[in-house]
Amino acid sequence: MADPAGPEIQRLIQLLARLPGLGPRSARRAALHLIKRRDQLMGPLADALAVANERVVSCSCCGNVDTTDPCTICRDARRDPSIIVVVEDVSDLWALERAGAVPGRYHVLGGVLSALDGIRPEDLAIPRLVERASAPDMREVILALNATVDGQTTAHYLTDALAGLPVKVTRLAHGVPVGGELDYLDEGTLSAAMRQRTTF
Amino acid sequence: MEWRDDGIILGVRRHGEASVLLEVMTRGHGRHLGLVRGGRSRRLQPALQPGNGVALVWRARLDEHLGTYAVEPLAMRAARFMDSPAALYALANAAALLRFLPERDPHEGLYEALTVLADHLHEPVLAAALTVRFELAMLCELGFGLDLTACAATGVTSGLAYVSPKSGRAVSQAAGEPYRDRLLPLPAFLRRANEPLEPGLPAIRDGFRLTGAFLERDVYGPRGLPLPDVRHRLVEAALKAAGETSG
Repeated sequence: MADPAGPEIQRLIQLLARLPGLGPRSARRAALHLIKRRDQLMGPLADALAVANERVVSCSCCGNVDTTDPCTICRDARRDPSIIVVVEDVSDLWALERAGAVPGRYHVLGGVLSALDGIRPEDLAIPRLVERASAPDMREVILALNATVDGQTTAHYLTDALAGLPVKVTRLAHGVPVGGELDYLDEGTLSAAMRQRTTF
Repeated sequence: MEWRDDGIILGVRRHGEASVLLEVMTRGHGRHLGLVRGGRSRRLQPALQPGNGVALVWRARLDEHLGTYAVEPLAMRAARFMDSPAALYALANAAALLRFLPERDPHEGLYEALTVLADHLHEPVLAAALTVRFELAMLCELGFGLDLTACAATGVTSGLAYVSPKSGRAVSQAAGEPYRDRLLPLPAFLRRANEPLEPGLPAIRDGFRLTGAFLERDVYGPRGLPLPDVRHRLVEAALKAAGETSG
């Protein structure tokens, strides 16, 4: 049976279906929605995509994505330049920025060590981190990596790599999330929270 | 097709938005992969960490299909050893070795050895000794087992102190003394299976040197691979832990 949509629309659907969270069916719905709201949505979206494609670059200092290099965060004079927060990916950087809890600057590793996925230390932005941490005014490197086996293996590797430098290396605490009920937490989180308890 | 088995997680890889590909060492089905739907959910993610023990139900239409796993956590070990670099490196080293085995080939002895290792990963010195024993068991399963029961030269079963790097057989103290520079030291905790596992720093160093030499020659070398970086880091971390324990 012939496809009811033309090749241009088919191509749009195929490209939309490659986005995370979208399959062929939802891509078809999104394409139809865009076509129906051409002026309000499709035109501005196409313009925004063209601008982003043209201007977005990876920050040569921290690995964040922005339209300027160095990025807005690296150029922010209010941030403490002696603190680096190491994250796995830009999405983690955005999550920490939403929390507004980071006083320093970031370093995006671009992944974590994983034997199964074949990610080795040389595939990550580790030499650049060591170079940044070697700066004379550097005080602290905070390892904000996921509390997974791969994330913590990477954290230990980074601790070894930074061992010779006069910087304090810290990591995020592991424990009970806000709103978490002990009864529903896994045993691992509970035992980590108990080990890392603080004075109240 | 359907089976039920226990397993220890070796690796997890993202698959799509919500699922993961799980690699487990099972008791009766060897190293086996399968898809876990919803494996990236908040409920399952803590359970699907390498080192954890799980009860598995594997289902597929045909035996050769990847299949899907239903997973129930049995032993949540990962949080216990996550703070220890030696433990994380030991687990990664064991997983790297197990990947030399063909998939779906049962090795119950290795599963038992991995279970004992995983249970003691949070004790760095003991984990180091168990890792050396695990590597010996891996060599044996891959067809390069060492003979540490009797002296290759005299046949005696006591006073064994060295291993020949050529034959992989034990050599007694008396017979090996003239050649000690060319032989590998045999640490006490490897001489007998029931020897207590309380090795000091020299014994751990000798143990890793012994298994490292044969792994390099018989397993990694023929495949054009060097010993993995994680093993070097494991040896460093284990020796550091043993040094701290012995004061």
